[in-house]
Amino acid sequence: MESLLQQVFSGIANGGIYACMALALVMIYQSTHHINFAQGEMAMFSTFVAWQLAQMGLPLWLAFLATVAISFGGGVLLERIVIRPVERANQLTVVIVSLGLFIAFNGLAGLFWGYIVKSFPTPFPTTPLQIGGVAFSAQDVGVIVVSVVTLGLISLFFQKTKLGLAMRAAALYPEQSRVLGIRVGWMLALGWGLAAAVGAISGIMIAPIVFLDPNMMQSVIVYAFAAAVLGGIESPIGAVVGGLVLGVVINLLGTYVDWIGNELRLAAALAIIVVVLVVRPAGLFGRVTVQRV
Amino acid sequence: MPRPDAGLVVRVAVAAAVVAALPWIVPSFLVFDLIYVGAYAIAILGLVILTGMNGQISLGHGAFMALGGYVVAILAHSLGWPYWAGVLLAAVASGLAGLFIGLVALRLAGVYLALATFSLAVATPSFLKHYKSITGGFGGMSLAPVQAPPGVPLDGQHWLYYVTWAVAGALFLISALLVRGKFGRALRALRDNPIAAVSFGVNPYFYKTLAFGWSAVLAGISGGFLAIPTAFVSPDTFTSALSITLLIGAVLGGISTFWGALVGGIVIEFLPLVAQQVNAAAPSVVYGVALILVMMFLPDGIVGGVLRSIHRLRRAPPQPALDTPTPSSTTPITVSPQPRE
Repeated sequence: MESLLQQVFSGIANGGIYACMALALVMIYQSTHHINFAQGEMAMFSTFVAWQLAQMGLPLWLAFLATVAISFGGGVLLERIVIRPVERANQLTVVIVSLGLFIAFNGLAGLFWGYIVKSFPTPFPTTPLQIGGVAFSAQDVGVIVVSVVTLGLISLFFQKTKLGLAMRAAALYPEQSRVLGIRVGWMLALGWGLAAAVGAISGIMIAPIVFLDPNMMQSVIVYAFAAAVLGGIESPIGAVVGGLVLGVVINLLGTYVDWIGNELRLAAALAIIVVVLVVRPAGLFGRVTVQRV
Repeated sequence: MPRPDAGLVVRVAVAAAVVAALPWIVPSFLVFDLIYVGAYAIAILGLVILTGMNGQISLGHGAFMALGGYVVAILAHSLGWPYWAGVLLAAVASGLAGLFIGLVALRLAGVYLALATFSLAVATPSFLKHYKSITGGFGGMSLAPVQAPPGVPLDGQHWLYYVTWAVAGALFLISALLVRGKFGRALRALRDNPIAAVSFGVNPYFYKTLAFGWSAVLAGISGGFLAIPTAFVSPDTFTSALSITLLIGAVLGGISTFWGALVGGIVIEFLPLVAQQVNAAAPSVVYGVALILVMMFLPDGIVGGVLRSIHRLRRAPPQPALDTPTPSSTTPITVSPQPRE
């Protein structure tokens, strides 16, 4: 029972990370109906930046904040320079451009920092916390706190600020927003910046667990896809719930179902993606759109 | 069914002659690369049909290549079957898998399919590692090198080159015949305007599943022909990067024509080597940036760009881009088939 509780808890911690990543995907999907396949590689690159800053002597939390800011700026720049020229191109072109970013970021990280797996310092204490007689890892607790704060801030931003409102308007009704004087192009760029920043947070949170190397995010991004699809890819709340559910389910499947084990966790995520898309394409929280065919 | 025009026959004949002569002209180490070009071209042809003609974006065809490659390897390694039988069975196995996934894909529109197939590509190596007793796990399986049959005055490498390209040629021909008529029209109609196509009586389930199945057959055969010259398969042969590379090859080559598959095969075999020359430290940075630039400036790929400039030189209006529906494509059933370039 105790170990089940612990597994659920670390599932929630992983789920928080997937939720952040999924939220990054959802933010971009909502406004442009494109999937950014490079989201994971961008997060990986951000994580390397944080590692580099920490190596240069910055305190870990300061490096963390600086990285989030840098990632935000980088995301905005990427949208302006790379995505904007193909904004109106067909879906396939945008998919290929994001794959180009995927490859380029992977290569850049390899160029700057090499492919040797590095350990990433955890910003949390290493002694387990005793809560009600059950030992929980402080890492898990910390990850959950950071995820909750991040998701809370994002939600506050979108619900309570004028800029957030403008961004939602630009995503849902670009033409009308333009008439009202909202600069839709810049709203999209801000969305990319936010997505990159949230992605950076999830990268830094997961790096102490999966270690730091240029390929570290490739399975995380699949879990994030699964989380986003499960929650409904147009729903931010769905992304969060989907992430948490997925984290717990995958952790329990991996721990308690022998034939899945560690290796087939990814396959389980794939199965979840396919089953959700086939049975309920809108996900748990998405709106069902009717299309005549 | 339209008769192939004389220009096309000439172009195909020239291409065949070049393929036949190449191994005797280029340095022998390149023959090996050219075998891979043939293998890749087969898989990319499948994507030209599936993604280019039918609009289904697959980032997971490496999984079918893995299936094909492993069927060939397991039959040859564990049961001692000849390679040709293995390739045949690989085609059948991956075709069946493709039909099944094609049925699932019917429910996945546009970018959802890309997302699901991307996940398939990422998960493939973990399947291969998990079922160790069949696949050899991490270490993979080694295969015997190919020998020319007795009486053929070729070394193993040249023999394999000609077999690969003969198979590729046959598959290009079969595919061309397949998409020339009703099948190709239905695929394009379902891509450009599904509602109109369905109301004209085109069965979307039948044609889209069939397109997926056929593209998987091609990928499976391609996987076999990737495994045989390498004489080795392992989970690292069929990574997610392979799946991504296939689609990149199709798009860079030109996803709207079969010639694009040929050019795509050349591109994905040689572009990494060229990128290595440009910047030895970070070839994939060059690769990724080149990809983005091509998408910005040559969205129809290399073949599309070449066609466009030929048309401009002849002062004819340029070819419409892939996804801009021409007036005729809104009533796709009634138009006579366009001659393929």
